[in-house]
Amino acid sequence: MKLTPSAEQEQFAAALHAMLTEADIPTVARQWAADDPAPGQVLWRRLAELGVTGLAVPARWGGLAAHPADLVVACEELGHHALPGPAAESIAALPMLLTTLGDDALCETWLPRLANGEVIGTLAVPPHVPYATDADVVSLVLRADEQTLRLGVPGPRRRSVDDTRRLVEVADGALLATGPAVGPAVGHALNAGALACAAQLLGAGHALLETTLRYAGQRTQFGQPIGQFQAVKHQLADVAIGLEFARPLLYAAAVALADHPTTTARDVSAAKVACADAAQRAARTALQVHGAIGYARESGLGSWLTRIWALARTWGTQSWHRERIRTALATGALT
Amino acid sequence: MSPVGTMNLDLDHETRAFRAEVRSWLAANVPTAPLPPVDTPEGDRAHRAWERRLAAAGLSVVSWPTAYGGRDVSPLQWLIFEEEYHRARAPVRINQNGLFLLAPTLFTHGTAEQRARLLPRMARADDVWAQAWSEPEAGSDLAGIRSRAVRTDGGWLLSGQKTWSTRAAQADHAFGLFRTGVDRHRGLTYLMFDLRAAGVTVRPIQQVGGATGFAEIFLDQVFVPDADVLGAVDQGWTVAMSTAGHERGLSLRSPGRFTAAAQRLVRLWCQAGTHTDPALSDRVVAGWIAARAYQLHSYGTATQEAADRTPEPPPPPGRADRPAQAGATALRGSGHAASMTKVFWSELDVALHEVALDLLGPHAETGGLRADSAGRAGDAGGADAWLDGYLFSLAGPIYAGTNEIQRTVIAERVLGLPRGRR
Ligand SMILES: Cc1cc2nc3c(=O)[nH]c(=O)nc-3n(C[C@H](O)[C@H](O)[C@H](O)COP(=O)(O)OP(=O)(O)OC[C@H]3O[C@@H](n4cnc5c(N)ncnc54)[C@H](O)[C@@H]3O)c2cc1C
Repeated sequence: MKLTPSAEQEQFAAALHAMLTEADIPTVARQWAADDPAPGQVLWRRLAELGVTGLAVPARWGGLAAHPADLVVACEELGHHALPGPAAESIAALPMLLTTLGDDALCETWLPRLANGEVIGTLAVPPHVPYATDADVVSLVLRADEQTLRLGVPGPRRRSVDDTRRLVEVADGALLATGPAVGPAVGHALNAGALACAAQLLGAGHALLETTLRYAGQRTQFGQPIGQFQAVKHQLADVAIGLEFARPLLYAAAVALADHPTTTARDVSAAKVACADAAQRAARTALQVHGAIGYARESGLGSWLTRIWALARTWGTQSWHRERIRTALATGALT
Repeated sequence: MSPVGTMNLDLDHETRAFRAEVRSWLAANVPTAPLPPVDTPEGDRAHRAWERRLAAAGLSVVSWPTAYGGRDVSPLQWLIFEEEYHRARAPVRINQNGLFLLAPTLFTHGTAEQRARLLPRMARADDVWAQAWSEPEAGSDLAGIRSRAVRTDGGWLLSGQKTWSTRAAQADHAFGLFRTGVDRHRGLTYLMFDLRAAGVTVRPIQQVGGATGFAEIFLDQVFVPDADVLGAVDQGWTVAMSTAGHERGLSLRSPGRFTAAAQRLVRLWCQAGTHTDPALSDRVVAGWIAARAYQLHSYGTATQEAADRTPEPPPPPGRADRPAQAGATALRGSGHAASMTKVFWSELDVALHEVALDLLGPHAETGGLRADSAGRAGDAGGADAWLDGYLFSLAGPIYAGTNEIQRTVIAERVLGLPRGRR
């Protein structure tokens, strides 16, 4: 089992990083939040060109049928840049849901278009994902529970602390699927969404660590860079440790999602818990080390902070994920 | 007799009656719907009007001497007032920088003329005050400030830039430190100035939650009369450290705020029905314990303060310097013990709100976009209030001297460890 990115994965990440760096995400994100999703939608097409949107789509439906580890690599990069849009939903959960459900008509209708970037999709899976993120600006909205899969009808919008997350309440629309196949498919989608979410959290945490290291080297107080104070150094070291040891859990979860159904729940949950904790520590430290300027909106730190606060509690709360691990451990899934 | 004996948590009759009076007045008068956000024009008006109502009822500044509109209550009764105030979810005190920071400084360092002129107006929020200390290049390193006051006929001319000044966008006056000499600490003077004076420009700054809770202040040859120097010229650092003691200690963030938040947290926890997650339950319990610890610690401090005010009987022969007492007095008396309080309440505040958000789960991120920079702790049910409260709590370890600075102060000044290089 290999728990570090391969050379190809690193190249893929680098290409994605270069594209996103050039794309001026802060401006795109502001527009997305301010009801101007067009530039964001253009950006999602560029993601499609790089293959990101087709990673979890089978070759038969025009995708790359990539390993979930590739999905992790991509989502970490998206989190690193705080890309607006329903990434966990459209890139991970929806393709996995439709593929696992195995309804050819549904697959044929949606998967090729999700893969080529023509369609961005989102879904609500109450109670874990109570709102369909960005449902008012994307073209596929689903609503799933243990028994049924339906189209979702967008209703009132709720604001998020992260103003790029357009949270929309969705009502039941046309029934798409029901019966015993739905439960496992939705379960698989939840795992995929949680994994993608964890990867974004890790990426966002790293972005904050890098920004904060830069700031600590530049800002001087008492005649020296604040990074020279041990109190600052130790906090940043702890952030680095948290992120470093969350990553192997993330890759292990990707491997489990691909090949080890009996440990998937446990491993995905371990990844989500560790990445969310590490990212939240990164967020607190970033704010603390920046001082008041981090608290001012114009510093831009808020894009990552608010994303982390939101993602840490969606696609399963920490409590729910810990409970899944407890159950798995108690029932002897010890491998 | 102290109202709280060492081993007795019962309040005396007078204190209980005071609590009952405050509770019933608040029950009858606290607006049922929250006031508009304090940083909006409607909110500014509503919060000032609320202060006038409190003042008319004699409840705006209960710990002040009666001559300035107070009731001269004991430190313990002040704590009780604060408990009741937060328990009732009464509006945020728009003038808290004046009431909790400047006023105590005026009592210690101001002249009788300044007190008579400024305090009654402050008590009614006729004048709302902002604290103008920080500068772009001087945050933690407060003595590094560059804004200067230059002597002129009958007063001073202020020039420079202040920043992160809470409420400055709507306040009437500000107090701050200005450079009047070259010596790092002994070349600073504490001055009060009119935010509407010629030469003052205020630019509101948006905070991470969207509220414009603080502002930058640009000063260009702003005239300040001699009467508005607080303390002696060039002695501003000493005066500022006395303000800072109030900012870090009980005054700015009284325990009542956190006991109320802890109670709401417990209610949220019961409602959420998530008793089953032991990790979350443990954090609820830990938050409750810490809030109670702060409350009890403050009772002890307040009672001691009251005792210190009354003349001590001479010590019985041979027992004048019991080591335990000497140790306790040294800790409290160092003036730096407030740093311990500051680290404690600010970490507690973050912890209480973090658990609440975790209890709210995926609903935590919704609602309450506006983090008020003097925000109120959250409601039991509302995600909005908890989210606002969380954003606000995150600033606690930064303002009033960051917790990194406080820990160094505690280690060096309270515990007596060797001073490090700065
Ligand atoms: C919500 C809010 C409201 C505020 N309101 C006011 C107000 O009303 N009036 C006002 O004047 N100011 C106000 N401030 C500013 C506040 O006082 C400063 O933020 C604070 O003093 C820290 O300064 P700084 O932000 O420049 O951070 P810096 O001093 O640049 O510190 C950055 C980081 O370096 C660390 N650091 C710095 N020096 C040391 C050291 N020697 N050892 C170890 N670590 C160190 C700090 O702890 C921090 O983590 C407010 C701030 C906030 C966030």
